[in-house]
Amino acid sequence: MTATIAGVAVEVDNEGFLQKPEQWTKEIAAEIARENGVADLTDRHWQVVEYMRNQYLETGNAPSIRSLGKESGVPIKELYQLFPKGPAKLAAKIGGIPKPRGCI
Amino acid sequence: MTTTMPDSIAAPADAKETIKKVSIIISKGSLEGVYPGLIMANGARMEGIEANVFFTFFGMDAITKKKQDKIKVATVGNPGLHMATWLGGVPGMSSFVTHMMKKKMEELDIPPIPEFVEMIADTGAGMYACKASVDMFDLSKEDFIDNITDIITVGEFYDMAAGGHIIFT
Repeated sequence: MTATIAGVAVEVDNEGFLQKPEQWTKEIAAEIARENGVADLTDRHWQVVEYMRNQYLETGNAPSIRSLGKESGVPIKELYQLFPKGPAKLAAKIGGIPKPRGCI
Repeated sequence: MTTTMPDSIAAPADAKETIKKVSIIISKGSLEGVYPGLIMANGARMEGIEANVFFTFFGMDAITKKKQDKIKVATVGNPGLHMATWLGGVPGMSSFVTHMMKKKMEELDIPPIPEFVEMIADTGAGMYACKASVDMFDLSKEDFIDNITDIITVGEFYDMAAGGHIIFT
């Protein structure tokens, strides 16, 4: 379905995950973040979101929470402080990539 | 005649039901007994669900310093392996099957138990040892890894679990 986020019409699933990563903009990211309880995207948030997005664009898969904690430069504890409602899911949503389907 | 629809049906489709809290009991000390509970706990936190993990009986091996990296697949009395009982009892069989399973898990990015337990504690999940089991096995807080939140009674566990779901593994 189509939704209008930050004034742009984008393709989303029923949970609001962008289906076409190329439609993503930083303004869209900020608006999705606000709607999901992250009022301000700090540099640390961006570090996670960009890592998530880049990994997806490079490999076609979102990284697991384990590799997110090991390789994004932000440890697990801090990930959960930055994104209390679930770091992998929310960072994917903000980063404009489809919902990660991994169990770990 | 007028009929009223029950609330559950009349509720708008977008009011999706969600789970807010889970309390997971891990009671078995085999590899296949420990992982499901850990995966459920980590998965809950990944979804933003509050999680508590209660380790009891041999499940406490997963948080016991000296034992947590020695947990093995049970090859005897485990029909799921489809292996003859005598073969399961051959010396080294349990280590071999454990090795194979760990290798596959690493490929799938599933962490080894000590790392997984630490990871789950870092997500903010509560990690508890069962007091009855601690007393029974003559253990104390020092025997457990540092990430353990507390040793609690069954009553305290139920208090903590109130308002959420309890999963026994």
